[in-house]
Amino acid sequence: MKKRGHEKHYYLMLLPGMVWLVMFSIVPMFGILMAFQNYNPGAGLLKSEWVGLDNFKYMFQLNDSRTVIVNTFIIAVGKIVFNLLVPLIFAILLNELRSMRYKKLVQTVVYLPHFLSWVIMSTIVIGIFGYYGVVNTVIGMFGYDPKLFMADAGIFRQLVIGTDVWKEFGFNAIIYLAALTGINPNLYEAAAIDGANRWQLIRQVTLPALTTTVVLLGVLSLGNVLNAGFDQVYNLYNPLVYSTGDILDTWVYRLGLQNLQFSLATAAGLFKSAVSFVLIFISYRLAYHYADYTVF
Amino acid sequence: MVRNITLGSRTFEIANIILLGLLLIGCLYPLWYTFCVSISDKSAANAGLVTLYPIGFSLSPYKEIMGDPLFFNAFWISIQRTFLGTSVSLLITVLMAFPLSKPNREFKMRNTFMWILVFCMLFNGGLIPWYLTVQNYHLIDSIWALVLAGGVPVFDVILIMNFFRNLPKELNEAAVVDGAGPWSVLFRVYIPCSIPVLAAVTLFLGVYHWNEFFNGLVLMNTSAKYPLQTYIQQLVVNIPVGTNLTPEQYKKLSELSNRTLNSAKVFIAMVPMLIVYPFLQTYFVSGIMLGAVKE
Repeated sequence: MKKRGHEKHYYLMLLPGMVWLVMFSIVPMFGILMAFQNYNPGAGLLKSEWVGLDNFKYMFQLNDSRTVIVNTFIIAVGKIVFNLLVPLIFAILLNELRSMRYKKLVQTVVYLPHFLSWVIMSTIVIGIFGYYGVVNTVIGMFGYDPKLFMADAGIFRQLVIGTDVWKEFGFNAIIYLAALTGINPNLYEAAAIDGANRWQLIRQVTLPALTTTVVLLGVLSLGNVLNAGFDQVYNLYNPLVYSTGDILDTWVYRLGLQNLQFSLATAAGLFKSAVSFVLIFISYRLAYHYADYTVF
Repeated sequence: MVRNITLGSRTFEIANIILLGLLLIGCLYPLWYTFCVSISDKSAANAGLVTLYPIGFSLSPYKEIMGDPLFFNAFWISIQRTFLGTSVSLLITVLMAFPLSKPNREFKMRNTFMWILVFCMLFNGGLIPWYLTVQNYHLIDSIWALVLAGGVPVFDVILIMNFFRNLPKELNEAAVVDGAGPWSVLFRVYIPCSIPVLAAVTLFLGVYHWNEFFNGLVLMNTSAKYPLQTYIQQLVVNIPVGTNLTPEQYKKLSELSNRTLNSAKVFIAMVPMLIVYPFLQTYFVSGIMLGAVKE
């Protein structure tokens, strides 16, 4: 079949997308050079003074950088673990429901928070946990004094992980539920005839069917260990909880766009991008090796 | 399905129904609470008296919003942005997905382009270089910054590409035999056959553009240009950054915020999402599964 002439059309079709890609993804990559310069906006990228790795050295000497990396890591890993386990348990429980209408109702409702932005969700969270929020109203009924939950560095990480799980658990369960529909009902019947009780059915039939999915999702989320979720943290935090709640992304934002320390912020951003890139690369290779999974 | 009906099994079932019911309430209550605060009497809401139902009744926050041109302005910008962003991205995404769905022997550069695309998905220059680039293009305060600065939605390209690859090869061959060029094959054969994935991607893009606030915050210098999410974000998070804030000051600041009005604004901002939610649910679920399809 004659297809030679088609190639130029293929280039033409790729053109708008490639222009877009070059303009907003590839051109900014050259800006990474700023991390190795003492960038001066007046002089520009070509004439700014080169300083080698000084920005990185300075960054890692700052106390802030250590706090921020630790916070990012703890929040991100907490999210990864609970966003794997809570949806798993939820999916198994949902699968045990007999009433299909109730199942449908639960699914419809728990997917909803996923579609609302963190701007809206954090406003709601602050409304609930705020000084005049309903949590304080309720603990007031039991005779306790109201607390400033949103300003308490001791519970901020738990709050961030908890509200993230609350927002996403339903949606994250979709992939498990799909895996569950793939289980052959004969397996349950055979096990039941052999005298398996409910708990044994879950352990011996349901769980093994989900292991591959859990492992695969776990491996693929490896690239997220420095992704603590900018939108959420930015909308929930305040200076009182910086010690436990400030993350790499919010730090880069404040350094760069509020304090205008362009070079330092670029270096911190590059640190995050580079580590994440390596981790994603490893996770894709692992996923390919063990689960035969390819993304593209 | 055979299930042993024993006492333990029965207890488990009831406990399960109750537990899932609690989760259901846990997801709905925050939204209901926000609604209750928004229509409650202002002093009752500010004193934190609202729990399960509105205390008093007042529509004054909603009246105030109806009279606030900035709110409607932001709402309109968000609608424009969502419309433009979704249609531009969808068109470009589909155009990219088609050649990339071709095997290497039909399109020699296919793998090269694919690697570039995936590299750009996994690695980026970071916030500051990206911001300065957009600034250099003189896109600050322009709606096109909101439409384009998020970059190529590479994941959606891959999604559509995988769907195209799974279409029967005969479709393409029959059309080519009948004399169709690549453009007609794409627009007359492939696109009509790919409605499920295109619906899913359209909704992914639409939800992204409607919910995105950060680009609005950093790329728009004047608050009159803010999209809705940024506008809402600004009125809620008004804590001065970088100051030595004490807990007492923080408490004072939260006393100053107008809870009923803020809740009403958040609730109105949620309404469009609640209206399209039934469609979203159907196509998103199928979209997630499409993403899992391998070549």
